[in-house]
Amino acid sequence: MKKKNVALGLWLCAALMSAGCARKNAQSASPVASGFGAAVVESSGGKQIATAGTTLPQPLVVQVNDEQGAAVAGALVQFYGPAGTSFDPPQMLTDSSGQATTNVMLGSMAGRYQLMATTLTKAHKTVDLKMEEIALDYQRAWGQTLDDKYCSRCHSPESTPERVSNYDNLAVKPHPFTEGDTLNKISDADLLAIISHGGPALNKSPLMPPYGYTLSKAEMQALIAYIRTISDPPYQTSGMVYAKK
Amino acid sequence: MQSSNSALSWWRKFISDPVRTFGAVSVVLLALLAIAPAKNYFSEWRHYQNGYLRLIRNRGDAVTLQRHVQPGIQQIWHPELGVTDRCTSCHVGLKEASLADVSTQPYRKHPVIPHAIDQFGCVMCHRGQGAATTVEEAHSSTLAWEQPLLPARYIQSGCGQCHQKPLDSTPVLNQGRATLARYGCVQCHTVKSPDGTIIKATQDAPALSHVADKTTREWVYAWLKDPQAYAVSTTMPNFQLKDEEARDISAFLMANSTPVVGDTAPETAHKAADPAAGGSLYGEAFCSSCHAVQNAAGNLVGGNVGPELTHIGNKVKPDWLRAWVRNPRVYDAATEMPHYRFNDQQLEVMEGFLLAKKDADLLANVHLDTATPDQIAHGKSLVTEYGCSSCHEISGIKRPENFAPELTRIGSKPVSQLVFLERMPHTLPDYIAAKIRQPRAFGSGLKMPQYTLSLAQIDSLTTALLAQNERAQTLPPALMAPNAPASHYQPAGKAGQLMTDLACFSCHAINGRGGDMAPDLTWEGSSVQRQWLEEFFKNPNTLRPALIRRMPKFNLTNDEITTLTDYIMTVYQTPAFDRDSLPATGYSPTEVEQGKQLFYSKYACQSCHIVDAKVDKGYIGPTLTAVGSRMTGAWVYHWLKDPQLLRPGTVEPNRHMGDEDAKALTAFLMMQKGSVKSQGAKK
Repeated sequence: MKKKNVALGLWLCAALMSAGCARKNAQSASPVASGFGAAVVESSGGKQIATAGTTLPQPLVVQVNDEQGAAVAGALVQFYGPAGTSFDPPQMLTDSSGQATTNVMLGSMAGRYQLMATTLTKAHKTVDLKMEEIALDYQRAWGQTLDDKYCSRCHSPESTPERVSNYDNLAVKPHPFTEGDTLNKISDADLLAIISHGGPALNKSPLMPPYGYTLSKAEMQALIAYIRTISDPPYQTSGMVYAKK
Repeated sequence: MQSSNSALSWWRKFISDPVRTFGAVSVVLLALLAIAPAKNYFSEWRHYQNGYLRLIRNRGDAVTLQRHVQPGIQQIWHPELGVTDRCTSCHVGLKEASLADVSTQPYRKHPVIPHAIDQFGCVMCHRGQGAATTVEEAHSSTLAWEQPLLPARYIQSGCGQCHQKPLDSTPVLNQGRATLARYGCVQCHTVKSPDGTIIKATQDAPALSHVADKTTREWVYAWLKDPQAYAVSTTMPNFQLKDEEARDISAFLMANSTPVVGDTAPETAHKAADPAAGGSLYGEAFCSSCHAVQNAAGNLVGGNVGPELTHIGNKVKPDWLRAWVRNPRVYDAATEMPHYRFNDQQLEVMEGFLLAKKDADLLANVHLDTATPDQIAHGKSLVTEYGCSSCHEISGIKRPENFAPELTRIGSKPVSQLVFLERMPHTLPDYIAAKIRQPRAFGSGLKMPQYTLSLAQIDSLTTALLAQNERAQTLPPALMAPNAPASHYQPAGKAGQLMTDLACFSCHAINGRGGDMAPDLTWEGSSVQRQWLEEFFKNPNTLRPALIRRMPKFNLTNDEITTLTDYIMTVYQTPAFDRDSLPATGYSPTEVEQGKQLFYSKYACQSCHIVDAKVDKGYIGPTLTAVGSRMTGAWVYHWLKDPQLLRPGTVEPNRHMGDEDAKALTAFLMMQKGSVKSQGAKK
């Protein structure tokens, strides 16, 4: 009798648990893939910079290709990121042009977020694509604003009709702030000296004017923190790197 | 049976001895007494404090870090702010700069912010329960608490409680506040700053009292049904009207409209103008500084001061358009559109160019029968019901007051007073965001329309609204950082009328009033030479080749130019120095040569400015080839000494220049007189 009760209890328990699981599954039911590719490649949306905890300005777009490099429609793409990252939607089938698009919200901590998009091959092997996005904290977001106002017109070679870059007009080319190979070798103190006293402070070009009487020390430190964060390759203490474990 | 009997007899024997009984009771009592300290010993915060000590044990600066650790529950207490925060009991390393590499919580150091953590505590910005000492109670909303931790994307709402003035470092909050004013939220909802001022809308919706002069009923119908189909960038929301509702409202607006004398041109046949000429006139008049047009790739090109013109040909009646471009102030005295003095031929060209901007399919399916009096009456009641006159002036209908709930304290509304949708998290930020994203989902009888906003805009709006809370309203006055009061500056006399007519304030700011597209003119009279200003009004040439938004040519008469120049030169002078204290010419060649050396070597001004158009290339700042015939010597000198003093926020760095250097540079720059030919050349 007792044994029967225990068995009944166990059965009930299992039934309840599976019911719970079933509901969860129903919520995130995977669409059924009708196509299978050989590789995931990035179309756009990698290497973006956003304030921690916010949605990236551009959606993440990846494309699934077959062995010949042709786009595959109907392949199931799943997106993964470190804890705190969310994708809308987290998984989807590629459209007729072989692309899958998702909106990414980064976690609440500043740092580099390593995201992953995976798809299945015909042989049911997983192939993946890794991408990196950068989340800024308060100080670094402030640095980004200051960069936009004071620095990027010369330091960024990117030019748009609305905002023409001055990079090409300078006899001595400034270092783009992503140029980690050069900038990572300059210490924080030296960067501060260049910003506040101009290029000649470190025997560099006088085309870089001094901002020590224009920006506060906190503003210059915010700029340096931002420069460190976006450098490529990364600066050794440019902040946390988050990846899915 | 036997065994229970023997146990009973053992018990009787045990309690028969009072000493033994006393001993046993004491042991039980001791055990009970030990529960409280044990509970304390095994508490969560102690667990985390011990974890912290283990974490720092092997670090290089372990001794310093350990010295900073204070055992026990820590508390930041600011009764005047309603802050009782014990968060630092577990978040031990918040203030340790050397823990930059630690990513595990609760031991991460706090990111750099401009305030000390002890100054305001944690819940000011992060919300949550400051007084709680367990992880769950502090961070989540539980039965006893309803304030969970604020998601990071809304964190700038914390700044907005004290800072009403926009800060460089709070872009999300600034965007949210700008959206609140620009999208007309504050037209229906009252939102007050803590100092009691009501936040005003920054964009006035057009008045509809004379709408029949401007457009057709068919367009009004299609617009009401889906404003974004006509113009993707419009701030007009979609009221999700039924066909009959749009039919009746359009019928009422047309029937209610009264004609304006002179706003339709009686003239001549509208000839098909040369589209190429139209394009270049549109460009020369710099229409795109204010108006956007969608290009073939679907991107909007142009400013957002005026309405988008992608399909303007579908909307306006040709007669009205001609009269509007001739003088917009006839139809709308308060418009931000300048009164260009176009001649008849230019008007024709412009009209033809704009009318060609249309999408043949836009109104193809709109067929409306003549309106019946019933429909018009129904339309009127719908206009009242939907609160159209909160934003639009409509003759015969009063602007409703308190049409929608006041949002001054929405950021501290108790969750228990909110009605949530199914399956949505029961928190205030989620509620506000969902209300903005899909207001009609909260009930079929609701009137709030559907806005077309990006995710970032919704987040920023939510941030701005969360800053509207009880704490912000009851701050100690010393902590308030109020916004500058709105300026209602209006220049006097004939020049003042002229400036209104030309809508100078749409682009330029003077004495705190006006736009930020073009330079601030508060001290323009000290800055430029009279002759240059007159020439500039006649033919505005390019000062900053890198900018695509420029001063248009208004075709002013000589009298008008004299009036404006007189006023600007006399009234807009800085008290900081005398305009005529340095000459415009006659500097010694040695000084000029010295200035040239300084310009090119010591200060390397050529990285941003052009003096010699053959050699120099920098074009961040204005071109200086003719600066000696444009600016006053005194302005150049004082600008070199401290640019931010003359124009706060300018990008030109302050070089902390000595008097001698500034004088030599002024001499060099004032000798740059330019040639008339090179001035006229445009990039």
